[in-house]
Amino acid sequence: MTAAPLSAWGNLGWPPAAEVRRCGERGAPLPAVAGTLLPYGNGRSYGDSCLNPGGTLLAMRGLDRFIAFDAGSGVLACEAGVLLADILAVFVPRGWFLPVTPGTRYVTVGGAIANDVHGKNHHAAGGFGAQVRSFELLRSDGSRRRCSPTDNADWFAATVGGLGLTGVITQAELQLRRIGGNAIAVHNRRFTGLDEFFAANAEAEHAHEYAVAWIDCLAKTPRGVLMGGNHVDAELPAPRGERNVPLTPPFSCINGLSLRAFNAAYYGKPWPTAQTVHYQPYFYPLDAIGHWNRIYGPRGFYQYQSVVPPAAAREATGEMLAAIAASGQGSFLAVLKNFGARPSPGLLSFPMPGTTLALDFPNHGAATLALFERLDAIVRAAGGRLYPAKDARMPAAMFRAGYPRLAEFTSYVDPKFSSGFWRRVMENN
Amino acid sequence: MQKILIIGATSAIAEAAARQWAARGAALFLVARNAAKLDAIAADLIVRGAAKAGTRVMDATDTAAHAAMLDAAVAALGGIDVALIAHGTLPDQQACAASVELTLHEIDTNGLSVVALATRLANLMEAQGSGSLAVISSVAGDRGRQSNYVYGAAKGMVTRFLQGLRNRLAKKGVQVLTVKPGFVDTPMTAAFRKGALWAKPEQVARGIIAAIDRKKDEVYLPGFWRLIMLIIRHIPERIFKKLSL
Ligand SMILES: Cc1cc2nc3c(=O)[nH]c(=O)nc-3n(C[C@H](O)[C@H](O)[C@H](O)COP(=O)(O)OP(=O)(O)OC[C@H]3O[C@@H](n4cnc5c(N)ncnc54)[C@H](O)[C@@H]3O)c2cc1C
Ligand SMILES: NC(=O)c1ccc[n+]([C@@H]2O[C@H](COP(=O)([O-])OP(=O)(O)OC[C@H]3O[C@@H](n4cnc5c(N)ncnc54)[C@H](OP(=O)(O)O)[C@@H]3O)[C@@H](O)[C@H]2O)c1
Repeated sequence: MTAAPLSAWGNLGWPPAAEVRRCGERGAPLPAVAGTLLPYGNGRSYGDSCLNPGGTLLAMRGLDRFIAFDAGSGVLACEAGVLLADILAVFVPRGWFLPVTPGTRYVTVGGAIANDVHGKNHHAAGGFGAQVRSFELLRSDGSRRRCSPTDNADWFAATVGGLGLTGVITQAELQLRRIGGNAIAVHNRRFTGLDEFFAANAEAEHAHEYAVAWIDCLAKTPRGVLMGGNHVDAELPAPRGERNVPLTPPFSCINGLSLRAFNAAYYGKPWPTAQTVHYQPYFYPLDAIGHWNRIYGPRGFYQYQSVVPPAAAREATGEMLAAIAASGQGSFLAVLKNFGARPSPGLLSFPMPGTTLALDFPNHGAATLALFERLDAIVRAAGGRLYPAKDARMPAAMFRAGYPRLAEFTSYVDPKFSSGFWRRVMENN
Repeated sequence: MQKILIIGATSAIAEAAARQWAARGAALFLVARNAAKLDAIAADLIVRGAAKAGTRVMDATDTAAHAAMLDAAVAALGGIDVALIAHGTLPDQQACAASVELTLHEIDTNGLSVVALATRLANLMEAQGSGSLAVISSVAGDRGRQSNYVYGAAKGMVTRFLQGLRNRLAKKGVQVLTVKPGFVDTPMTAAFRKGALWAKPEQVARGIIAAIDRKKDEVYLPGFWRLIMLIIRHIPERIFKKLSL
């Protein structure tokens, strides 16, 4: 008997790893294996960047212990397999919050570093990597390095956003931030057209620590809701328990008709302009439904996330939305946000100043891939790039064009480490 | 503040229970054979809110070390409110069938060492006039099956032994809890493909703590195993012996 294969969030049917090795002790050496290794966090990356078909995956969730917490400074040391959800569960009641959090709390600290993940506060705080004080990097040669912006700074820069390729992060030190309660004051604002979005967003970024917009990508004129948020000194009861999609239905529940109807209803629903909510529904609306990725059925789904520089942002975003609306494909999950000017520490960090657009697409095979090629052309012409954590198909040339520090990065890749993504963008052409 | 001793504290189920106790501010004393893992767990429990997390390295089959370990636990905690015995191994049944030595070793780990520890803890709690002794046995102890009867026999011994202890201590203010988990997704069962019957260690730990809090005698975890084992126990032997279970 064998354990169930580890999968990525998009369920696109990648071949499994030949072997899964569980990491349970941070002091233990890496297992000696014949082929290649890749750390696997909690599999919340959409495509093959967290997979190693045919090789070995190191399951990191076994390293899920806190190490120390300084209640004066808010510095938390923990093992790399700790989930952000665990940190929140323990520390929110004590008045501390994550400095940066992605749109799901079910990711590991190691995974958050390896993708230098961003949150709704990128304009104010930068990405996750900017809030990491240090971590330990364990390489296949047995070496261990404490890396920080000042110690082994080159290894720090390679490993933040390093896609798990530079070695295993065993433990990290994070700077938590103070909060006066578990509530968020949310300010909602509908917008129609991108000009209105950019104007409203500029205001929101001044008034709010967090800002993100949902957009209806199927409407003729792009429209959506901009949601600004700030922590407030208030306590609210946690929302009721989570629901779960227990298994994958034999077909996708997402199609043009259901989407158009849903998006119209969602846009049209009453959006109170000001509202105070528990932090969970604000930051993690999708976490309320476990395994929601299964609604896309056995063929799975893609996410396409791009960022384009400020000068080209208005035009490129408009062109992309037009291409998507014209294709009739698209999704409920469509997010628009501006990244701030704070530089990302990683050689391969995705965030850069500009506008990021993220959309889920049901896998309709060739039609979906053809749409992505049109979008690629727009992103490339604008000088933008795609997010490897979400990617399952970008051509090697697109990756190279988007990441000018790639050559520098490759010298830090551990010779024993590789991933499906890495082979796809580095070895094929 | 509860004073809690855990033997086999590096077990996934025990660690999950310890985290839940730590969140309540309990004082803990942790015993296991892997020192590095023990230290990592102790530090974690302190961050999670444990008032104390003492440690001691001991192999449970080293019965000569039991008394000193208990003295150290009592000294560190100032008495024991709850003791959880959680250590165990899942033997390779085929290898056991081929080796008397291995069979006896597995019976020692999963059966005799537990009986030895429970004997001392029962006496200690009887003298205290209070305490909860919780021991992780298994549904496998309810009936012998070809696929794991060495493990099943050891767990069966533990279950029977605890029945007797419970009977003896019922009038002494001491709770004796037999915990019978079904399939739990832990390192012990890493090689098995997990299906719908599988539980998470956190869920089993919650069940253990609730059963201790409610002064129960025996729990199946999750609860549906009570029904499954009721059926399994009642299949007539002449039929049962022909099944491949
Ligand atoms: C609903 C949803 C919302 C999301 N929202 C956002 C968002 O707002 N912003 C954002 O940036 N991302 C977002 N993501 C993507 C997600 O945050 C990232 O993919 C994240 O890295 C996943 O972490 P993980 O622990 O699941 O790691 P995995 O997906 O398992 O692995 C991610 C990468 O980290 C590496 N890795 C894992 N552990 C270690 C380790 N210990 N040492 C070294 N390398 C390691 C892996 O090799 C892999 O390259 C979202 C994903 C979902 C499903
Ligand atoms: N998992 C299941 O499906 C299941 C089902 C029913 C019952 N159980 C029982 O639940 C209990 C906990 O098991 P688990 O599932 O949590 O598995 P686990 O994580 O593998 O834990 C077993 C623990 O026992 C320890 N151990 C083994 N032999 C020991 C010895 N001689 N001295 C000291 N410690 C020893 C191991 O220590 P090391 O780390 O040093 O190896 C390990 O920490 C066991 O009694 C098991 O029989 C489990």
